[in-house]
Amino acid sequence: MSHYCGIDVGASAAKLVLIDAGGKVVARALRRSGIAYAETAEACLAEALAGAGLSRDDVAHTASTGYGRHNIPWANDSSTEIACHGRGVFHHFPRALAVIDIGAQDNKVIHIDASGRRTHFKMNRKCAAGTGAFLEEIAYRMNLDVGELNRLAERSTKEASLGSFCTVFAATEILTRIRDGEKVEDIVKGAFRSVVKRVMEMDVIEGDLALSGGVVAHNPLLVKLIGETFGREPLVPPDPQFMGAFGAALFALEKSRKEAMPC
Amino acid sequence: MAVERRDFESNQAMRQVMGDYFVELTKGAENGKKTAWCTSVGPAELLLSMGYNVYFPENHGAMLGASRMATDLIPLANAQGYSPDICSYLTADIGSYLAKQSPFQKMKLPGPPKADVLVFNTNQCRDVKDWFQFYAREWDVPCIGIHSPRACGDLDLAMVDSVAKQIEQLIPTLEQVVGQKFDIDRLREVIKSSRRCTELWKQVLETAANVPSPISFFDETIQMGPAVVLRGQQSAIDYYELLLKELRQRVADGVAAVEGESFRIYWEGMPIWGKLKDLSTQFMQLKACVVASTYCNSWIFEALDPSDPFESMARAYSSIFICRSDDPKEAYIEEMVQKYKVNGILYHDAKTCPNNSNCRYQMPQRLQTRLGLPYMIVNGDLNDLRLYSDEQTRTNIEAFVEQLAEA
Repeated sequence: MSHYCGIDVGASAAKLVLIDAGGKVVARALRRSGIAYAETAEACLAEALAGAGLSRDDVAHTASTGYGRHNIPWANDSSTEIACHGRGVFHHFPRALAVIDIGAQDNKVIHIDASGRRTHFKMNRKCAAGTGAFLEEIAYRMNLDVGELNRLAERSTKEASLGSFCTVFAATEILTRIRDGEKVEDIVKGAFRSVVKRVMEMDVIEGDLALSGGVVAHNPLLVKLIGETFGREPLVPPDPQFMGAFGAALFALEKSRKEAMPC
Repeated sequence: MAVERRDFESNQAMRQVMGDYFVELTKGAENGKKTAWCTSVGPAELLLSMGYNVYFPENHGAMLGASRMATDLIPLANAQGYSPDICSYLTADIGSYLAKQSPFQKMKLPGPPKADVLVFNTNQCRDVKDWFQFYAREWDVPCIGIHSPRACGDLDLAMVDSVAKQIEQLIPTLEQVVGQKFDIDRLREVIKSSRRCTELWKQVLETAANVPSPISFFDETIQMGPAVVLRGQQSAIDYYELLLKELRQRVADGVAAVEGESFRIYWEGMPIWGKLKDLSTQFMQLKACVVASTYCNSWIFEALDPSDPFESMARAYSSIFICRSDDPKEAYIEEMVQKYKVNGILYHDAKTCPNNSNCRYQMPQRLQTRLGLPYMIVNGDLNDLRLYSDEQTRTNIEAFVEQLAEA
């Protein structure tokens, strides 16, 4: 019973992290969330346990997060992804900072003080602009695999401008760009820039800035563009896609220790 | 964790007074009464004093929202040229009229009463006038009203005079429609009764300053019914005396609206009518009580004074929160936050109600700096659930309470 589990069932992917009593990651698993969250979580756990050579009895406490956080029957606790991404990033960068989590369906800006306490947060408005879903839509419109976007955008020499707020309008703008003969890579880079603009509009971000979430993990160019826009190099923790699950695992460890303390 | 909202024993009495009101409304013509449609924030007293049955379409709008009929009816009005971006009370109500579907039918009543005259006050927004004019065209009846000052700081005498004169100027048309003369003594009586109702409603709301609070915002959105539609009538006074007694007993017994109340929140903006139950349940699960709101406080009209009917009505209806500028609004919220011992502020950014959405001009940031209180914003709408995300809102609220717990 010396390990702790964090499971983040997000809108698109389920991520699971197992840590030891020192907070070190010993195993991870990643699957599409699908429609049966409990089954997906179970499969993630089995995969991670097998990878680490552990059994279920070795897991002392589990904390869940993400949209499916209440659908994991074996989780002892749950927290929002806002708490977990903040906690995970603060573990790697213990200082006052703002965390930007770019997810599949929504974005969050999480402000943390020097003690790790959350002081404020913001979620994006009910709109897909600036999220992973926006990039998925753009990839679909351009008949590209979403996994190709970063590589293509890296090749861009002349970025296309996409001005629309709305994903549907942006997709229409792309049709115009295609008709105008602009290059695919320039249009894709324009879509990346659009994501950055939508994030920038969410909140005032001063001081250190860290990035988290799957969209950043798969699209390193976004990190560069965010750095350009905010005028400073963003901090990126290892495995940003797993940051929510990692933060949840840290909460599981802390909770377990608290419960073990004599009253 | 399953939680149940604690019902009030007075609820049965409320159902009775509200039920009687709706029956009376639908029997207007049969009883030889004329019906005036009126905006919820006045000038109801004048209409009541002249013998009208007074019907409040905003109340119907809220019923359409709470019964979750609104989202299906709004598109019918949209198709007629009323944009999905304008007041969803208006679009839901016109959709209801077009579809001939109303929560009245669930009470086995035929539907909202047809107006003999429509009387608006733009103190809340321009939409109420546009809304009433639709029906004036439909039924070829007069639509008259008051154009109130908006976004004002201090209410000066010129503004009050203008509104008072406009109220007086309604009288000839109202006399003509109802067929009887205006009687100032009768108006004084109604204003006196209305003032009493409003005082009692204020006392009801103020019981929430107790820790734990015996009542939550979600209860108040239901309990406010008589203050909106029956003020000026004895039945509203009788009801609030009963409710107040029950609330005081709850306070004496330490009975909380939210079991284990740990956090106290201020709700700024419109209710999300179709989600009252879900939100109430979530806040209860999180042991957070929404103890006060701008919305429910908006039916407190302390300026009403029977000795000076027109000027006091003008002052009462022009000094409400919604028609003020941000400085008095912020001062008001600050006072409420202190009075109700609030830990955090929730702003509802209602897509179709800019006039009741106060988070669009940096107010949350200014108040956070001044009061040191955290805030959150829910993007939603009063009636149009196409503009609301259950999942995002649930996570947003849960994360906010997590943050309050960390503090």
